[in-house]
Amino acid sequence: MENAFTIAAYVVAAILFILSLGGLSGQESAKRAVWYGIVGMAIAVIATMFGPGSGLWFASLVLIAGGAAVGYQLATKVEMTQMPELVAIMHSLVGLAAVFVGFNADIMINYIGDIYAGQDLVMGETGAVLSKEVSEGLSTFGQLIAKKSSVEIGILRVELVLGIWIGAVTFTGSVIAYAKLAGSSSMLPIDIDTGANQLPGGHMLNAAAAAASLLLAIMYLSGAGSWTLVLLTLLALFIGYHLIMGIGGADMPVVVSMLNSYSGWAAAAIGFSLGNDLLIVVGALVGSSGAILSYIMCKAMNRSFVSVILGGFGGAAKGEQMAVEGEQIAIEAEGVAAALNEADSVIIIPGYGMAVAQAQGTVSELVKKLRAKGKNVRFAIHPVAGRLPGHMNVLLAEAKVPYDIVMEMDEINEDFPETDVAIVIGSNDIVNPAAQDDPNSPIAGMPVLECWKAKQVFVSKRGQGTGYSGIENPLFFKENTRMFYGDAKASLDKLLPMID
Amino acid sequence: MKIGTPKEVFEGERRVAMTPDSAAQLQKLGHECLIETGAGNASGFDDAAYKAAGVEVVKTAAALWKAADVVAKVRVPDTAEMKRLREGQTLISFFSPVADEKKMEAAAKKGATVIAMEMIPRISRAQKMDALSSMANIAGYRAVIEAGNNFGRFFTGQITAAGKVPPAKVLVIGAGVAGLAAIGTSTSLGAITLAFDVRPEVAEQVESMGAEFVYLDFEEEQQDGAVTGGYASVSSPEFREAQLAKFRELAPEVDIVICTALIPNREAPELWTADMVASMKAGSVIVDLAAEKGGNCKQTVMDEKIVTENGVTIIGYTDFPSRMGAQASTLYATNIRHLMTDLTPEKDGVIDHNMEDDVIRGATIAHAEAVTFPPPPPKINAIAQQKNKPAAPKELTPEEKRAAEVAAFKAQTKNQMMLLGAGGALILGIGLIPGMPASFMQHFIVFVLSVFIGFQVIWNVAHSLHTPLMAVTNAISSIIILGALIQVGSSSWLITLLAGLGIFMASVNIFGGFLVTRRMLAMFQKS
Repeated sequence: MENAFTIAAYVVAAILFILSLGGLSGQESAKRAVWYGIVGMAIAVIATMFGPGSGLWFASLVLIAGGAAVGYQLATKVEMTQMPELVAIMHSLVGLAAVFVGFNADIMINYIGDIYAGQDLVMGETGAVLSKEVSEGLSTFGQLIAKKSSVEIGILRVELVLGIWIGAVTFTGSVIAYAKLAGSSSMLPIDIDTGANQLPGGHMLNAAAAAASLLLAIMYLSGAGSWTLVLLTLLALFIGYHLIMGIGGADMPVVVSMLNSYSGWAAAAIGFSLGNDLLIVVGALVGSSGAILSYIMCKAMNRSFVSVILGGFGGAAKGEQMAVEGEQIAIEAEGVAAALNEADSVIIIPGYGMAVAQAQGTVSELVKKLRAKGKNVRFAIHPVAGRLPGHMNVLLAEAKVPYDIVMEMDEINEDFPETDVAIVIGSNDIVNPAAQDDPNSPIAGMPVLECWKAKQVFVSKRGQGTGYSGIENPLFFKENTRMFYGDAKASLDKLLPMID
Repeated sequence: MKIGTPKEVFEGERRVAMTPDSAAQLQKLGHECLIETGAGNASGFDDAAYKAAGVEVVKTAAALWKAADVVAKVRVPDTAEMKRLREGQTLISFFSPVADEKKMEAAAKKGATVIAMEMIPRISRAQKMDALSSMANIAGYRAVIEAGNNFGRFFTGQITAAGKVPPAKVLVIGAGVAGLAAIGTSTSLGAITLAFDVRPEVAEQVESMGAEFVYLDFEEEQQDGAVTGGYASVSSPEFREAQLAKFRELAPEVDIVICTALIPNREAPELWTADMVASMKAGSVIVDLAAEKGGNCKQTVMDEKIVTENGVTIIGYTDFPSRMGAQASTLYATNIRHLMTDLTPEKDGVIDHNMEDDVIRGATIAHAEAVTFPPPPPKINAIAQQKNKPAAPKELTPEEKRAAEVAAFKAQTKNQMMLLGAGGALILGIGLIPGMPASFMQHFIVFVLSVFIGFQVIWNVAHSLHTPLMAVTNAISSIIILGALIQVGSSSWLITLLAGLGIFMASVNIFGGFLVTRRMLAMFQKS
């Protein structure tokens, strides 16, 4: 394995991966960049397979082909609204693979240890060298371990414990995240509701499990045997399950990016234990990418990472929340159509409700019609709109909305006062003025889209309920706000023919 | 229920409380509609049009009053009509509970229900039934047209071959509904329009209509319109003096004055004094919409047009809405129709007179043999109280800005130094652990550098591409397949099995991740 050509191939692959991520800075360069990633992966896999030492080519190829078939099915069948679920379930696969690879390393260490013991040698001791015949009988990986010193073996064990632990947390965490995101269409046999549920004991249970994991890890490292590792894995699986069960649906953007990050760190830890630099490089890239995404999401909600992960809204309300005065005034499609026909500039604020109602196609039609009349129509996307970072952008892109009219919050927030009509479709907390006006609101300080500054606001919403956070939204009671009740898709379908 | 509209008996009244359009809407609510023959003639709606809309045309007023369960009309009923009002009947019309107190008591005694259009509360939900506003809107428009009719010049300035024509200067006093309508009409005719109101918060509305708001040099805690439900109230004598002084200054310049200043339940304040009229140019026009309440100009004669000695025309008509019968009837009938919609919540033709409803309660002045005026205060304020505006953020001087920038830069530097220091110390610390093998440190360097590159690269990723980013990182994190590939060729069946599973799952991820990323990216199209 320690072959110069393989390492050279890894360098090329690593550079291609970095370029692939860097290319995502713009829509056009991204289309090229994804090819870098594909080529990099191909180089890495081929170099490893045909490099010295890797056995069972044929079986590997068959397995890869099988995986490719499944992956192809998943990727081509998935609806864009189901992207969050797909991403979550894919994380779980990486996590599980990391667990398997980690266990293999442990089994191999024990195996080599047995061989040494069989020859009355102590593994890792200087001078203890296996005879050539025995060494050649081992796989490449076995040979690698056989060469290590005892300190190196110790470090290897630390790394594989880390890799397995993170991998296991990622696995169950992602499965639960998948179930919560998929809701009733989940492929899992059990139903998991999207609310925040925890077993009695709450975070104390997590803390206890984590402490027990640490204890088991120490026991494993001091040579207590593989059963500690199995137990540790079970505990990690439980932590992943319980941690994500305690987090509600709307915090999923953070959870998914966090799991993304974990899958990277797991790969990096495994890379250490296998002594494979490419795994380390890629694991670190993915890990930092997920960490940054989590950070961006948390900032957009004005919450600390810890408060999101520990579930629920951090901190009790600091005082009485402002009472909301006024009433919600409903409007029919005719009224909305009249306002849109007269408006010159329109901003649409989509949220998770649009994805749920599958209304993006109708929204796109509406935009096309309005733009054909020379109106300035744009979209305002809040960073945490939807259930996945950038979820809304993908949905709108799927519905053929040109990306240059889809704006980020910071780009468009100042334009609301000059806007005639703002349409809120299925979002709530991200347009809540209480975040700015009411210092006692649980979401005080969260950056929000200031759509109420537009001359008129229409809110397409299923009913009078509050949003995910359960906070009353004063926007709905504002004088320039009209409530356009009903399923987003049905209401917009009704509206569409009235635009002329 | 049968809703009937008689012909207005008040002399010169052209409006009618039901139009063919509104009748069609009323029928959708499950009601039957009746109209007295010829009731709509003056507004341009003939009997045939009503018949076409499914309205039964009744020959006499007496028959109509007898047949209808609900009588909708415009003016307060006269004595003859009061006699026709019967028990259980609902009357909807303009009905001032103060001026027509006797009639209100009589109606209550008879057991009839009276809904006074004047009394519709001024809340957002009731705007669609607010007949005072819709009539005031017409009055404001018509006031300008009436002024133009009596003004010998153009409104708009022109430069013609025959010489230059200066634009007319119009002053609108009071920027309520009528005032704003007058401002809109006047500016769209091309006149230079000035407007004044005691409520400074309307300045924005005035300016949005294209007029110039006349500000006073007056320091006083100015009144907040929200306290009085959006209406003006009496101002202090000092304020009044400042106001009159300003008008005196403007009087010689302006060509047309439209007075719309009214205070609820009071005589109109005198705002355009005799000396101002005297200082105006000959040919100027004053239209006093407050004429009914004594006029903002005391020379105004109600319902008449007079010309003063110095040639200023003063118009004191009170029937502006009636002068635009077709328009006024359409709006008024729509107001009535909206009121009926609220009274018929089930749309089944049965009237539910819900005295719990703020709007219905407020407008009902006689019900169930009792006078129900005045109504209790509404549960919600018409207009939100103005918050005490926070002091505007102080404009920073250039030096202060510079200082703030320097401080921010210093803080950033300090922050970065601390992070670097801590990170460096941590890495050095790891290196100092006794017995740490060099082979580990080599991998560790690779790891730290990769994290570093990762952070630099990912910050530049466009927000809109975060989902593709997650999909692609997902795909490449399956690089863990390399580990499985290395292990698969082992002599232990367990290792082979686990590694094989690992290969399978990772390749699902690789192919799925890259394909879905490509699919997503292909969808991003530029317009």
